[in-house]
Amino acid sequence: MTRRLPSAGTLVALLVVVLIAIAALTPGLLTGRGPTEIDLHATLLAPSWAHPFGTDDAGRDLLTRVIYGARQSMGIGLGATGVAFAIALVLGFAAGLAGGVVDTAITRVLEVAFAFPALLLALLVISVRGPSVATVIAAVGIGSAPGYARMVRGQVLAVRQAGYIEAAAALGHSRLAVVRRHLFPNAVRPLVAVATLGVGQSVVWASGLSFLGLGVAPPDSEWGALLDAGRVHITTSWWLEILPGVVIVLVALAVTTLGRNLQHLLGGAAR
Amino acid sequence: MKVLLKLVSAVAVIVAAASVTFFAQLAVPGDRATVLMNLQTGQDRKWTDAELAPLNAQFGFKDPIIVQYLHYVGGLFRGDLGTSYTQKRPVTEVIGGQLLPSLTLTVSALAVAWVLAIAGTLLTARRGRILSGLGAAWEALTASLPHYWVGVVLLVVFAVQLRMFPIIGGTSAWGSVLPVLTLAIPLAGFLGQVTRDEFEQVMAQPFVTTARTRGMSDFGVRLRHVLRHAVLPAITLSGWALGALVAGAVIAENIFGRPGIGQVLVTAVNTRDVPTVSGIVLVVAAIYVVANLLVDLAYAIVDPRLGASR
Repeated sequence: MTRRLPSAGTLVALLVVVLIAIAALTPGLLTGRGPTEIDLHATLLAPSWAHPFGTDDAGRDLLTRVIYGARQSMGIGLGATGVAFAIALVLGFAAGLAGGVVDTAITRVLEVAFAFPALLLALLVISVRGPSVATVIAAVGIGSAPGYARMVRGQVLAVRQAGYIEAAAALGHSRLAVVRRHLFPNAVRPLVAVATLGVGQSVVWASGLSFLGLGVAPPDSEWGALLDAGRVHITTSWWLEILPGVVIVLVALAVTTLGRNLQHLLGGAAR
Repeated sequence: MKVLLKLVSAVAVIVAAASVTFFAQLAVPGDRATVLMNLQTGQDRKWTDAELAPLNAQFGFKDPIIVQYLHYVGGLFRGDLGTSYTQKRPVTEVIGGQLLPSLTLTVSALAVAWVLAIAGTLLTARRGRILSGLGAAWEALTASLPHYWVGVVLLVVFAVQLRMFPIIGGTSAWGSVLPVLTLAIPLAGFLGQVTRDEFEQVMAQPFVTTARTRGMSDFGVRLRHVLRHAVLPAITLSGWALGALVAGAVIAENIFGRPGIGQVLVTAVNTRDVPTVSGIVLVVAAIYVVANLLVDLAYAIVDPRLGASR
């Protein structure tokens, strides 16, 4: 499935991720304006040198809002991936180590979970909890957990068969020590790449929820919320929709590219 | 026998899915009758038991959990998905009329995605470095585009700027073009990637050389022999894709103001009408299960080796 990408693409991807990291950590470095600075003489301006992404209906600079939105968008993406992997590790290791009835039960539960498209599972969580940042993180995390859980289980089962596990057990190490020192690191390492890919996915999904008006609400400059806020002006001000979307797509592509490279580096077949 | 077993397990998955949505309804914070009363009156206060009694009686909130559970799951087999909190109508009635436009949208999108993916593979796979490189790059790019952004770009370019299509299309054929493409373009990229990988592997198989030495034309070999093998993984993924497409349909319907379960769903999530959300989620899960049954059948038709073993 994976193709070796040219190093130029990898470098661009790295550059995008570094820029986004700077935007998320110290947005003031990239822009002199504030995300909520209103200028009623400069509303709905098309992109220009002064405003590379144009301005919104309150005269706020869109590029500045996108830069300040990075923290929330990436934070939600990372948080959701964290939630997903926490659930996946618990379920995957329980199934892979316990085997028998536990394994069968967890596998069946996952099969049922697969019948729910992730977005709908997320919407179910939001309808129960009401929209908020924490709910979006939980919703996207829960929505994407089943896929990862199945990978973790497969990984645990594969590593369990390895010679070095048998050797460690034969040397008289306790079961716990074998799991902690040998099984866990070896089973989890290939999943780091999958988690990286997952962050890109989560950012896209979370902004999709905000786009539907069910995630982060518009005064915030989370990227999906920016798209949602721009929709009323779609017939006149295309930049409000297209440009934040380009940023989301670029970030998703960059993170995916890095994830693929990690996959090659770390080796191991994560399905 | 195999088919019967698959049917039983499909029903089991749907019942289990219903259990999930049932417990989701229990998980709503606070007393459900109070939440409901506040929803319906637009107020936010405590209510006396007497005021809540009619709601408790109507929805059976005070019944033992197990009774509520059996009633809910049993309702599935009677075609009853509970009652909407906000519309006070049966959920099946709320969803019913909206299901067909959404299904039309997803099935058309799946068909268009297949046509795009196969055309892309036939025209560019193994056609020299530049052409196949371009094909692969296009697929990698489109596969990673989020539905909402594709939809918005199509809307801005073709409806707003070029005025080729209506901005709010309804369910007319012409108005459906952009929503269908919104769903089909990313999926075509994804299916194309999978099909291309397989296609390139199969092109190196000895039976391809055999077919060529028989004097078969290049296009004939690709179409009659290679493609037949290359579509197998994509068929498997189509069952999964249909589920993902329904999720995408929610977004496409929202962007293009197209009637369908997407509109109902977004409103229901917004008003925290959990029974309606649950009902839609269950219907989609059922569609997914049925689609995967169909995939198994399609597989047996395309690959006779599997048919014999069943």
